[in-house]
Amino acid sequence: MSPLRAALRKDLLLHWRTRAQVVAVYGFGASALLLFSFAVGPSAGVLREHAAGFLWLGLLLSSTLTLAESFHAEAEHRALEGLLLLPVSPRALYYAKALANALALAALGAGLVPVMVILYDAATPRIPALLGIILLGSAGLSAPGTLYAAMTSQARARQTLLPLLLFPLVVPVLLAAVKGTALLIHGDPMGQLRSWALLLVCFNVIHWSLCGLLFERVVED
Amino acid sequence: MTPDPWAIEASGLGRRYGRRWALADVSLAVRRGVRLMVTGRNGSGKSTLLRVLATAARADRGTARVAGYDIRAARDEVRRRVALLDHRSGLYDALSARENLHVSATFLGAEAARRVPGLLCTVGLAERADDPVSAYSAGMRKRLSLARALLQEAEVYLLDEPYGELDPPGFRLLDAALDDLKEKGATVLLASHLLERGRERCDEAIVLDEGRLAWSGPAADLREAGAPA
Repeated sequence: MSPLRAALRKDLLLHWRTRAQVVAVYGFGASALLLFSFAVGPSAGVLREHAAGFLWLGLLLSSTLTLAESFHAEAEHRALEGLLLLPVSPRALYYAKALANALALAALGAGLVPVMVILYDAATPRIPALLGIILLGSAGLSAPGTLYAAMTSQARARQTLLPLLLFPLVVPVLLAAVKGTALLIHGDPMGQLRSWALLLVCFNVIHWSLCGLLFERVVED
Repeated sequence: MTPDPWAIEASGLGRRYGRRWALADVSLAVRRGVRLMVTGRNGSGKSTLLRVLATAARADRGTARVAGYDIRAARDEVRRRVALLDHRSGLYDALSARENLHVSATFLGAEAARRVPGLLCTVGLAERADDPVSAYSAGMRKRLSLARALLQEAEVYLLDEPYGELDPPGFRLLDAALDDLKEKGATVLLASHLLERGRERCDEAIVLDEGRLAWSGPAADLREAGAPA
């Protein structure tokens, strides 16, 4: 088995074994969507107009919990250090962790879509395209998020540090994901979805390449 | 070509945490196949020495070669030849003992994976192998960490407080493992406060004091205070 596959298997197993935490994070995301609807008021039009933004804000806030938790298990008993001392590339460990986190965030995002539809009446018939945007956006959050979660995992104020570092960096990803989702909900007469999706792909290529290179420097003493 | 007789050669090794030197100017040479006890008071630098030699912590000054490779220039080669039993378990609480060992084994190769069931028996965890580690006692975690270290067919084993938290059967199990490593010709550095155990199980000893090498000699010459007899 390749090191990447072996590490991915381990990370997915860890996500599965801590699924109670996943359910709690989902509850947090759904609660955030509910609170946004209270903040805006009962106007159905306004809620629907901002549905895409609320969905991604809910996912972004929830992502910090998922990302921090993914490194809590690694840092708790120095498990990641134990793996780094084996003949395995740190880059393989990073990509496996980032990939597992991206899948977890995409599942969370997909799970929040029905909540968005119910609360904001913001449905779309283009479900595969919406799932594609969610997957690209989740990957865009996961790549730098996994790196920063590794950086902050040993810090005392990690719960504060992670969003402080992550949020400014993922603004372009967030903008592209919100625009893409909004076009799917409200219609895309000008055919702009492709451009926003392409922009998401570009951000992903940059984030995944750079963060993969930087991870070794972050985790090695 | 004559094989390098030294498993470890360190010169002026130092490691600083903040402004304090946890390890300061330590030089030592350990022949292959030797069991060396590393002892000293709490905070004397035992764990730091082992972590630096295992490349888990960076040396801030000095040089060291482990199994013939420089710890800075050939870190990956050192890691292929060294197994570290840290005082932190290095285990995933959410996974079972078997899964924890398989995680490491997948990176070590098929042979390591085949040895997992046998090692679980060796450390006395076969019956609880599928329980999550979060349900384990401290002693059981230590046994599993030992199995994890033994999974590597290493040339040098760096064992930090291996007797800590073990019960009497655990002591015997570890003694047997140390004898087995001796037979295989592996070099062992054993950091411990248990001087009696060290005298029985080790060939040589060093005493660290405030990060410096205070004494070195035959393990049999150690006395209870940690100084030479």
